[in-house]
Amino acid sequence: MMIVDFIATGQGHFQAIPPDWPGGFWWHWLFFTVVVIGFVLTMVMGVIYIERRGMGRMQSRLGPNRTGPFGLLQPVADAVKVLLKENIVPAAADKLVHWLAPVVAFAPALMIFAVIPFSNGALLADLNIGILYIVAISSVSTVGVFMAGWGSSNKYSLLGAMRNVAAVVSYEIPLVLAIVGVVLIAGSLSMNQIVVAQNIPFILLQPLGFLLFFAAGCAEINRSPFDLMEADSEIVAGFHTEYSGMKFAMFYLVEYAEAVAISAIICTLFLGGWKGPLLPPWLWFIIKVMLVFFAMVWTRTTLPRIRIDQLMAFAWKFLFPMAIINLFITALQVLAGWPTQLMWAMIIVNFAVTAFMVLIWSRFFFRLGWGRIEV
Amino acid sequence: MAVRTEPFVLNMGPVHPSTHGVFRMRVTLDGEVVVDIEPVFGYLHRGIEKLAEQRTYAGIIPLTDRLDYISSMNNNFAYCLAVEKLAGIKVPERAEYIRVIISELQRIAALLIAVGAFLNDCGAFFTPFLYMFRERERIVDLFEMVSGQRLTYNYLRAGGVSQDLPEEFLPALRKFMDMMPRFMDEYDRLLQQNEILIARAKGVGILPAEQAINCSISGPVLRASGVKWDIRKDDPYSIYDRFDFDVPTQPAGDCYDRYRQRVEEMRQSLRIIEQAMKQIPSGPVRAEVPHLIHPPVGEAYGRIECPKGELGFYLVSDNSIAPYRCHIRPPSLINLTALRDMVRGWKVADLIIIFGSIDITVGEIDR
Repeated sequence: MMIVDFIATGQGHFQAIPPDWPGGFWWHWLFFTVVVIGFVLTMVMGVIYIERRGMGRMQSRLGPNRTGPFGLLQPVADAVKVLLKENIVPAAADKLVHWLAPVVAFAPALMIFAVIPFSNGALLADLNIGILYIVAISSVSTVGVFMAGWGSSNKYSLLGAMRNVAAVVSYEIPLVLAIVGVVLIAGSLSMNQIVVAQNIPFILLQPLGFLLFFAAGCAEINRSPFDLMEADSEIVAGFHTEYSGMKFAMFYLVEYAEAVAISAIICTLFLGGWKGPLLPPWLWFIIKVMLVFFAMVWTRTTLPRIRIDQLMAFAWKFLFPMAIINLFITALQVLAGWPTQLMWAMIIVNFAVTAFMVLIWSRFFFRLGWGRIEV
Repeated sequence: MAVRTEPFVLNMGPVHPSTHGVFRMRVTLDGEVVVDIEPVFGYLHRGIEKLAEQRTYAGIIPLTDRLDYISSMNNNFAYCLAVEKLAGIKVPERAEYIRVIISELQRIAALLIAVGAFLNDCGAFFTPFLYMFRERERIVDLFEMVSGQRLTYNYLRAGGVSQDLPEEFLPALRKFMDMMPRFMDEYDRLLQQNEILIARAKGVGILPAEQAINCSISGPVLRASGVKWDIRKDDPYSIYDRFDFDVPTQPAGDCYDRYRQRVEEMRQSLRIIEQAMKQIPSGPVRAEVPHLIHPPVGEAYGRIECPKGELGFYLVSDNSIAPYRCHIRPPSLINLTALRDMVRGWKVADLIIIFGSIDITVGEIDR
């Protein structure tokens, strides 16, 4: 129904089209499609650079520094390299599935950005169910990953794809529960409305939710320490072991586009999105996304990888109960009207709850090394 | 309803990121669980034992460099011990001290790689590995000073060492010795209490002491299972009986203990170097040995405690310029004999870290 509206009238569910752009809906659509694609591609290049240089610094080495000033052209060089590589398809592969998988994985990563606001009202589609749309769309990538794992007819790929499906299915739940806290406070599912509602960044009101979302988000997109879907020391490269050339580049792009997407979602939900003093909103948005991504690089260089059964136990025995408790406390606070009237009390109480819960739970209820569950 | 599963065979290696060279494991998996493994090796076979039969005694030393290429000084040492035993050569005092210093430095360098590679297998994305390489690099610089090489040193000779230490060596070593304990503390601070490392490695791949002895495991892997056996203490060669050092052991014999064991051994090596630096006398560094050694007919077995365990060279002489037979006892190969029992029933991720915690070099397994 919504899609029909979307095409037929170009009106309806969009609230904030910038009034000073002529042409209305279709110009808006064209403009932001170009912006989103450009944004994703340039951000991916930016974060690849940040990751490689940042990791270099953290690992007491220089990182790439031969291509352009400070190695800034390294992502370009990488892209040119993979473009020139031969495209190898295994003889036993399911050709169609193998060919289709990168596309299926890439499209959702791009589609997430349709509802991310770069500035007040500056977004492709201000869906009133924006965050729900993100949750729905982001799971579709998993289908692409599983297609890659299955279509390659390689055992490493299959193991990696199986691990990915298991992880995503488990981690969706704490991820969504962490979002619900924010939605309760903001009173809207629209991404733009959530940002508008943040007089102070929601990380202050939802510190536990932020931590849960960050951990679950890292697991969703295979960032270390949850990167065991493409654990290079165990299963070579996981689901994309058999990919080369441009198709490998697509998966590489997906990986980083998803990282940018999660960073952008965290930034929108918890860090006040485009809001900030002095600088223009879109610049604030990019700075915040980069900061969140940098935190991901930091965890990647610091932590060893956890095992598949520990990954599951972490989702179900640690993140899930914490998310439920966080949701419960937030709901009570919203019921009592704290977010508008007693904001300072809410900040203090929620930080205390976070510290208490994390410490208590990690000491007495769940340790990573406890027990083994069969997967 | 019970879901029916069936095991499948996965060929891990010979080209795989965590097989430390060209080692291959045929792993039978039931989902993620390892049912059985069959190690396959020989991809790096160069016939070193056979080549040794056609070379002079001095000409074999470069071959030994290429056995366990990350601790080549120790390989030189074991081989030279065997030749000296065979030909009855007396090594000058200063050379003995140089050998001990060099071989303990080499032990630290090799153990750094072992620990770094183990953590890499745990999935710590190269950070510990590169930190350890930073320190190893300093040791390699020292070796370059004495031998001119950075990987295959070819430094020791039957009857001593090829040349005396350069003047700047001992001050540079002093600097390294002052730095190293601080770095070791840093590693411990970063890793020892790491929750994920403990969760991954504690209780995983337990090797009981009895089985370790039955499989004639040696080196840190044996001592991590609680067996106090160190050739430097129990059958002292060279001048190891003059130094005061402990043989650390660990209680449980799991992957975490093997990692801790290696760290503790590095500290003990530092202690030995510290004492050797104080006591080192001046004098000749090489006994008067002819270029072509003709040992009397007989046989000799020289063994040392190398970073991976007991490295032995068994030489048979027929009074010619080349050995009649040269057999090498590589610790990596013999330590692998327990691998199958250690990994059965664990997951793929555990298989990798158990394999990594044994610390092998394929150059030594295949010879």
